[in-house]
Amino acid sequence: MRVEKRLQPSPAALALASLGAVAFTLLVSSVLVLAAGAPVGRTYGLLLQGAFGSVFAWSETLTRAVPLLLTGLAAAVAFRARLFNIGAEGQLYAGALAAVAVGGMHGGSGFAAPTWILFPAMVVAAALAGALLLLGPTLLKARLGVDEVVTTLLLNFIVLLFVSAMLDGPMKDPGAMGWPQSVALQPELELERLVQGTRVHSGLGVALVLAAGVWALLRYTVAGFDIRAVGANARAAAFAGVPVTRTLVLVALLSGGLAGLAGAIEVAGRTSYVTLDMSPGYGYSGIVIAMLAGLHPLGVAAAAVFVAGVLVGADSMSRAIGVPTYLADVIVAVSLLSVLVATLAAQYRLRLR
Amino acid sequence: MTGPAPVLRLSGITKRFGALVANDAVSLELGAGEVLALLGENGAGKSTLVSILFGHYVADAGSIEAFGRPLPPGQPKASLAAGIGMVHQHFTLADNLSVLDNVVLGTEPLWQPFSRRREARAKLAEVAGRFGLPVDPDARVGSLSVGERQRVEILKALYRGARILILDEPTAVLTPQESEALFGTLGQMVARGLSIVFISHKLGEVLRVSNRIAVLRAGKLVAEASAAGTTEAQLAQWMVGQAVAVPVRRPARQPGDVVCAIEDVSTPAGVRDRLDAVSLQLRAGEIVAVAGVSGNGQVALAELLSGVRRAVSGTVRLDGTSLPADPARWVERGVARVPEDRHAVGVIGDLPVWENAVSERLRTRAFSRASVVRRAAARRHAARVVEAFDVRGGGLLAPTRSLSGGNMQKLILGRALLAPEGEAATPRLIVAHQPTWGLDIGAVAYVQQQLIAARDAGAAVLLISDDLDEVMTLGDRIAVMHHGRLTDARRADDWTREGIGLAMAGAA
Repeated sequence: MRVEKRLQPSPAALALASLGAVAFTLLVSSVLVLAAGAPVGRTYGLLLQGAFGSVFAWSETLTRAVPLLLTGLAAAVAFRARLFNIGAEGQLYAGALAAVAVGGMHGGSGFAAPTWILFPAMVVAAALAGALLLLGPTLLKARLGVDEVVTTLLLNFIVLLFVSAMLDGPMKDPGAMGWPQSVALQPELELERLVQGTRVHSGLGVALVLAAGVWALLRYTVAGFDIRAVGANARAAAFAGVPVTRTLVLVALLSGGLAGLAGAIEVAGRTSYVTLDMSPGYGYSGIVIAMLAGLHPLGVAAAAVFVAGVLVGADSMSRAIGVPTYLADVIVAVSLLSVLVATLAAQYRLRLR
Repeated sequence: MTGPAPVLRLSGITKRFGALVANDAVSLELGAGEVLALLGENGAGKSTLVSILFGHYVADAGSIEAFGRPLPPGQPKASLAAGIGMVHQHFTLADNLSVLDNVVLGTEPLWQPFSRRREARAKLAEVAGRFGLPVDPDARVGSLSVGERQRVEILKALYRGARILILDEPTAVLTPQESEALFGTLGQMVARGLSIVFISHKLGEVLRVSNRIAVLRAGKLVAEASAAGTTEAQLAQWMVGQAVAVPVRRPARQPGDVVCAIEDVSTPAGVRDRLDAVSLQLRAGEIVAVAGVSGNGQVALAELLSGVRRAVSGTVRLDGTSLPADPARWVERGVARVPEDRHAVGVIGDLPVWENAVSERLRTRAFSRASVVRRAAARRHAARVVEAFDVRGGGLLAPTRSLSGGNMQKLILGRALLAPEGEAATPRLIVAHQPTWGLDIGAVAYVQQQLIAARDAGAAVLLISDDLDEVMTLGDRIAVMHHGRLTDARRADDWTREGIGLAMAGAA
């Protein structure tokens, strides 16, 4: 029996590979469920029910999917251009902080501007904060060849410490009984609920529109061609007349802006103030989601709902049956690894001889 | 075949990739101390056959014997152990390691506590001396010339005890002088009892170095002949399956106005490939061919006139006005560009054929409005390019990397030469750098004819080539580069082959 590379990956093999990846993920996770002493079938059933089994479950899953979708888009668009932005986590916090800085109730009331001015200002400030945070590493990469993986990753820690300083200092909420949390957003700036009695908010619509927008940008515009061309072969792109540095700057603004927006939408749609634990690693999960989606913007939407469902479902399952929620992290991690391996494996075939 | 028993015997080797039969019942023998040339166009199945021989692929049918013992299929280690060494066209060397490191790499077991450097060094010196392949064992491979790197590759095989050496297109990356040196080395190796399989599609050198020639076409062994008494025309016919029209020199009519003039141009010092006070005039309806050993400033010259590189001093004028180093502006002004490295610079392999066919002009009104790509117009134009330049394989949506080298070059040529509907049909200037490098005879003739046709239609053509035959066949005027300097471009009739050779070495 021998392994051979296929001339062209077959669609059937790719479909089979995805199914195999799911099966393998469930199998690996089952071992852990058994180790926790719980019945496997019931655990998965509860997880599924907690994620998608009711209107409430759906609302929680979609609420969780919003920031994941945006950070997933941020990673996907940057990775398409081979700009490896690992800093979405920091950009998200920078966006959240900027949103509160513009729209927060500083001194009890905040800026006295009409909502139709203040709301766009808040959104722009958040996107800009994220965008500018990624601009520095991008220019360092384009001009001096500094590795953006290192710079963006390390910036995350700097931003988090900065946020911490702000939450304990100038932006601290005096009424928070000493907790490090920012002042709240002005109530008029908060996003509407889509379904009464749930937490799912209009940020979901924004995120979906942005996913479609990024998809259309990559597919139909000159800038989209530039992004794909620079990512695939920067030298050939430059020869064909693609402005490589300008394209990287555009990608940085777009990617950082999306991550910054994720922060603003989390604050305006869910938390209404900034805390140091408002993101359980959404920025990093965004990378996983982008990879799961094969860097395809519409795939990112699906992958974000999947990951959110696993996280929310695991919370609910854990309350009911006592299997730790860490199972969710295992499922997400193993599914990413098996999807990557499976798509690679689909390019080969076995020959019996 | 007469003489001693064959050292290598391939019997009925067949290999299929899907519907494609890459090798169809190929049987070959290699005698001791013999140089066997494996000749064939790109895609004829030479590389597949060698990959099977070396254990990278497993044949669907057939068997291999080395020195009378059957070779287990699909085991490169077994092939190595049987004394088969391979020198790949694209070198497999670690640039940041020394020559000695590269040679020893992989020959010592991992659990051996200390590297036996002294013994290795002595053995390398012995092998190098025996076969007349002098190298500095401590030189960093990254600092070596292409010819020297190839020498290291050969030494790597010999160090491992190879008695059969397979050379895959060894001259494709070499300058004429380096090729000469290689041919000398091959003679020495054969005299020491080595047997050699020499893979090539260049007729002249095949006749020159080999004892026997096997010709592959479409996977089948179509001819086997002794090199003595065989002609290039005969080989070409076997290879292609029909008589081949080799382009002959057709002098230009009276050249027209100056299209492009560069005067006293220098590019930044310190860079290896640079221009040093170069002046050149390119006229409409004329091909100026630039000869030279590669690495003497050809890349700088090509990039300068492709709008990719800037000059630090001197003037570059196109139709009387200067232009910034922005490829889009040059293309807009009618400059057709064919870069040296089609894979790394010419096309974006992951993107589909149609996007590559319009990539240079995507920013023009023909293919985008308000920065939205006019996909229908772009695909129509791409279809015209594919049709007019006979780009085969895959279709418009296939990733461009799936095209063969010849078809990729046709795509690049078509993109450069075929203007969108409603624009001037002929480019003003064509800058072609090694446009026929690595192509088979049919594709070479095609590319050369396209350049001649464009010249006859009134384009100014700058052809930069390492291939002296090409320079002398196509050039109406010829200039030679050496160390960043360019000789005067004199009429082709005023040059002799020897004169060009001397100028290439910097003696003129």
